Amino acid sequence: MKAFAIPLLVAALLALLPLGVGGYVLGLLTLAYYFGVFAMSWDLLFGFAGEVNFGPSFLIGLGAYSAGLLNHSFHLPIWICVIAGAFTAVVGGVLLAVPALRLSGPYFGLITLVAVLLLQNAIVLFAGITGGEIGLDIPDIISIDDSTNYWVALGFMTVSGMILFGLSRSSVGLILQASGQDAIQAGALGFNVTKHKLAAFCVSALFSGLAGAMLIFYMGTASPGTVVEIGVGVQVIIAAVLGGRRTILGAALGAIFLIVAGELLRPLGQLSTFVVSAVALLVILFFPGGFLGTALHRGEG
Amino acid sequence: MPRLLDVCGLTKRYGGLVAVNDMSFSIAPGEILGLIGPNGSGKSTVMKLIMGIEKPNAGVVKIEGVDVAGWPSHRIARQGVGIVFQHSRPLHRQTVLENIKLALLPDSLTQLVAASHIDDRAHAIAKRVGLGAVTQRRPGTLPFADLRRLELARAIARDPKIVLVDEPFAGLTAGEVRDFSELIASFRHDGHAVLLVDHNVKGIAALVDRAIAMYLGEFVAGGTAQEVLTNETVRRVYIGGRIETAARPPRDTAASDRLLDVQDLSVFYGKAQALEDVSLHVGAGEFVSVVGLNGAGKTTLFNAISGLVPSQGSIAFDATNLAGRTAAQIARGGIVQCPESRELFGDMSVRENLDLGGQHLPRAKSAAQLEWLLELFPILKSRHSQAARTLSGGEQQMLAIARALMMQPRLLILDEPTLGLAPVILEQLSRALEKLRQTTDITILLGEQNVTFALPHADRVYVLEHGRFVWEGDPQRFAAEAGDAYLS
Repeated sequence: MKAFAIPLLVAALLALLPLGVGGYVLGLLTLAYYFGVFAMSWDLLFGFAGEVNFGPSFLIGLGAYSAGLLNHSFHLPIWICVIAGAFTAVVGGVLLAVPALRLSGPYFGLITLVAVLLLQNAIVLFAGITGGEIGLDIPDIISIDDSTNYWVALGFMTVSGMILFGLSRSSVGLILQASGQDAIQAGALGFNVTKHKLAAFCVSALFSGLAGAMLIFYMGTASPGTVVEIGVGVQVIIAAVLGGRRTILGAALGAIFLIVAGELLRPLGQLSTFVVSAVALLVILFFPGGFLGTALHRGEG
Repeated sequence: MPRLLDVCGLTKRYGGLVAVNDMSFSIAPGEILGLIGPNGSGKSTVMKLIMGIEKPNAGVVKIEGVDVAGWPSHRIARQGVGIVFQHSRPLHRQTVLENIKLALLPDSLTQLVAASHIDDRAHAIAKRVGLGAVTQRRPGTLPFADLRRLELARAIARDPKIVLVDEPFAGLTAGEVRDFSELIASFRHDGHAVLLVDHNVKGIAALVDRAIAMYLGEFVAGGTAQEVLTNETVRRVYIGGRIETAARPPRDTAASDRLLDVQDLSVFYGKAQALEDVSLHVGAGEFVSVVGLNGAGKTTLFNAISGLVPSQGSIAFDATNLAGRTAAQIARGGIVQCPESRELFGDMSVRENLDLGGQHLPRAKSAAQLEWLLELFPILKSRHSQAARTLSGGEQQMLAIARALMMQPRLLILDEPTLGLAPVILEQLSRALEKLRQTTDITILLGEQNVTFALPHADRVYVLEHGRFVWEGDPQRFAAEAGDAYLS
């Protein structure tokens, strides 16, 4: 339980922010929190199950677009759309993972990458329904109040983080970690490696889909550029690795850092992406444990 | 007597290679069976087939009467089989206790918190294998022997009826070997069936009730350890029947020139010491053999010379110290290693593989070298445009040697060229080496566990055992002075 104390304290302090800062900063952090959930879900797969999912935006996009289309075409209430979006992401994730997990090494990653391209193509092909490249406008939004949006996102990230972190520290997380590190040995210890990895994929898909769906109800629009493109997935991956592999919470830190740093450096224009990428590259090269991994190892001695 | 494990007609093929052919044996409760054979004989594959890590092409594996052949390994594990791998890879961020607890957890997706009795059980197991004092430490801080204990602890956590142990004593000191022997012997009293897989007969002879020997995937001999040790076929497999030596025509260069001079070389892999203060020299034009069983440190020695693993001590080639040079610089300097794993480019043709070896030579010289090599290994001429992957094991080995020779090495290092080759191929290879030795003044350093192959060509022989040289001398004296010590 001690491990939860500091993150919860930080979350409580962050909850006070709307009292002191303006809508611009709140909006930025709201976006960052949803990205934090993307990155944490991804770390469960990469850090624990040992599988590199190059297509986190496949799961995010599935959740976002299914929720968006239900709202756009049938005007269903937000909460139903969000649940349906998460459900679709899990189903899509399972359909993808069952064949992909039978392959080993880089092939799993390649399949997830191809899945993103397929989804993106499908959205463009059926532009009449999906809005294509331009995007889909979402009639309903969570709130027009910046503070409410901020609190919803913070609460969502906190709850997701607690569940994912708790899972990673549980007995199931231990088995998952063993499966990711040495599948042959885990099998010889009596664990059904495929079952555990598939379960991890489902959990990862569930939270990615939920976060993707909620993100579009915050933004009021869904477009390939914001929730599907490979570049979005790459951002998620960089955030998770930057924050610290196998730490879950570090992934959220990494996501917040990436989004806030990108915004702070906006005056540099094109150069800002370059600077953020260079910083990420340096951290990964010299501190492969990431922010949180490096900090924790200092503590352990 | 009821049997715990019953293996019948077990067969495994990898493409055209038969790794295990029609193996049958059984183990009774409370019995320890040793499965021995030289490197590449298929004994580890047998173990993997029982555990379900590899799927057999044919045969039956019965655990208390239930045929588990072809089952996934997690189901076989739950049927009552535990395995101690040779290399342990514990979870490094968890403590020793957590690592043991992992092995006790149910294969469940919903049980998030370990049941309370698991904690007590993990402590008990830690105590039994001798890890009682270090349960709260992380595996990274443990000495090598304790990591092996942890591996053992995890294998016996579910109280398996059958325990498979791969190379139980590799890398352990004499005292640790005693501890481990006692631990393994204690399984006997629990009524477990134990299978020890080892290349070294001597190491496990005192511990096993019965032993069986394998060679080239097939059963060779069975009986008590003593019977297997003295079996004529087993002796031939390990030592070879008749040891032949051939004289080399006298050369101009004095063999006393130290072309390669290795002094006090030590190599560590993490915590395990693979080489201990090894000194060796090879004169220009000399053919030196290093013989030793699998795991003795031959490959480590060669890799250290080639700059592929970091080492302590000094290595001088042609009176120049090699310290600080990269593997590529050393290879260009004239030390060319033909590795155990051959490392051919499988999808390239025989000719392309050879051309790559001669890449740095001028065109005319490369062509002449190629012609000479095709004369030395005529079989490669007829295989010319075939992909290297599709060659037989013996042909691949000849190609690997030929490719190394294309680089015109001043010192050619051959690491276990006979690994997994049938006797008839061995003869072909031996003839080629003999021709090479008679017609050129190439300097060769050969590593072998097959003494029959290593001795006839050698001018001088070193015997490597547990990372140390225990004998050095003429091949003629080997049989009398080191032959018995080598096997038993």
